[in-house]
Amino acid sequence: MINASLTELRTALDTKKISSVELATLFLDRIEQQNTALNAFITVDRDGAMKAAQAADARIAAGKAGPLTGIPLAHKDVFCTEGLLTTCGSKMLSNFVSPYDAHVVSLLKAAGTVTLGKTNMDEFAMGSSNENSHFGPVKNPWDTTRIPGGSSGGSAVAVAARLAPIATGTDTGGSVRQPAAHTGVTGVKPTYGVVSRYGMIAYASSLDQGGAFGASAADCAQLLTAMAGFDERDSTSLERPAEDYTRELSAPASGDKPLAGLRIGLPREFFAEGMADDVRAAVDTALDEYRKLGATPVEVSLPNAKLAIPAYYVIAPAEASSNLSRFDGVRYGHRAAEYRDLAEMYAKSRAEGFGAEVKRRILVGTYVLSHGYYDAYYLQAQKLRRLIAQDFQAAFQQCDVIAGPTSPTTAWAIGEKADDPVQMYLSDIYTIAVNLAGLPGLSHPCGFGAGKLPVGLQLIGDYFAESRLLGTAHRFQQATDWHLRRPG
Amino acid sequence: MSLSPEQVRRIAGLARIELADGDVEATRAKLNGIFGLIEQMQAVDTSGVEPMSHPQDVAQRLRSDVATETDRREAFQRIAPQTEGGLYLVPKVIE
Repeated sequence: MINASLTELRTALDTKKISSVELATLFLDRIEQQNTALNAFITVDRDGAMKAAQAADARIAAGKAGPLTGIPLAHKDVFCTEGLLTTCGSKMLSNFVSPYDAHVVSLLKAAGTVTLGKTNMDEFAMGSSNENSHFGPVKNPWDTTRIPGGSSGGSAVAVAARLAPIATGTDTGGSVRQPAAHTGVTGVKPTYGVVSRYGMIAYASSLDQGGAFGASAADCAQLLTAMAGFDERDSTSLERPAEDYTRELSAPASGDKPLAGLRIGLPREFFAEGMADDVRAAVDTALDEYRKLGATPVEVSLPNAKLAIPAYYVIAPAEASSNLSRFDGVRYGHRAAEYRDLAEMYAKSRAEGFGAEVKRRILVGTYVLSHGYYDAYYLQAQKLRRLIAQDFQAAFQQCDVIAGPTSPTTAWAIGEKADDPVQMYLSDIYTIAVNLAGLPGLSHPCGFGAGKLPVGLQLIGDYFAESRLLGTAHRFQQATDWHLRRPG
Repeated sequence: MSLSPEQVRRIAGLARIELADGDVEATRAKLNGIFGLIEQMQAVDTSGVEPMSHPQDVAQRLRSDVATETDRREAFQRIAPQTEGGLYLVPKVIE
């Protein structure tokens, strides 16, 4: 049951082979055994899970089950959960019990899912290694001396170590796709505006997007279908009819060439220097497999892709400096114990409540938005954002999906880049441009590098091409078994 | 570009983050590294390019001016550091 797909779990629940209470217990017991070593969860909610599982069992018995009724899952601790600690990986919110649910959380509750707990993350989703959490680093189950990637490292590890069948995450510059790659799971980030940001603690609002983790593209498709949809409480939510993201999983395919006619764009810039040899080897093998499945590779170019990291490190910190001004020790969160006046209360509460990387990004953002610098930084970055988005549109004239590595290396050692923010930032070279353009992206396991560490292949689609990305990855996963490999 | 210690102190002041004198230099070194990365942007000629804030270029949606939320003052104040009589308490601002 631990390794079962969502479809298998659905059948087991519907045929009463297992109850939702038994299923939740199975995963909760695994969390209890393994979380000390992996640190994937900040909060485990056994009581809440039991109640939700009992309700799910009643719903199944009444014949009113939906696709995810009774399925256990984990939420990244960036999503507000009513009555349950919501820390965002920060000391600032280490005492914050949310008075309301994020839209994603209410949708998944209404679908009858069973929340096992809240997963560890880089503080306020700022980081690529999960070392920036107030609650300690998350360990990669493939090698516990290594990082799992970030910022949704806890959710990725929960799925990789089978502490939960599926988990939610958020992706501002790669925070779903990169940890998925480093932990050997599948992760999808939809088009900006598809998943509501209501109750998802804001980092960089013009880039933040909820996403899904699963062992396979098929599991991700089911979770995304339940998470997505218009929400009037998010001012950038897109008014579009609800979609079934599983629809291309079962589309009829012609024999052994199910991807015949699919043009896969390979950006020249992604295959230039900078990619580690072991990653390159795994990616090349995966692309050969795609060829065997009928896809045709075409070379494309994203000439402005190299500007994505500089532009991102203006836009994201600028928006973060504004978003995180709400943490002032007045209405919620940490307040310093001693202060002489209001100004000192703010300054001390924020100095104590935020970790080093969060403070750095707030300072960068404050500077670029300060008087006289707006045009040179924020506006220039937004113009580069347009150029980057236009590059992708030009590429999609020649191809249907874009493929390349998710991350230039496999998971690095804990501590290796912890004191060098710039090196850490550069590790997101392949994922960040996708957020700037607002496109959907997916990472699926495609092999192993040195030291038996997972390698991820990134697929990027045009706007609203989530189903195509998931369907494409699903065909790959039907023909290969990388996604079925488990650590240890 | 290189920030001076005074600039670092000023930015921290604007951001309302207390910065101990002993931390200014280390903070400055890290920020200068980050700005070294950011400065690569300045080499690109972007005249005539429209800035992009939303990928679909959608405008902010407006809604009718009606109350949609119920009064949940108690629930919201329960998680506040200090309240009294339904108000949030902060140190005295006006003598």
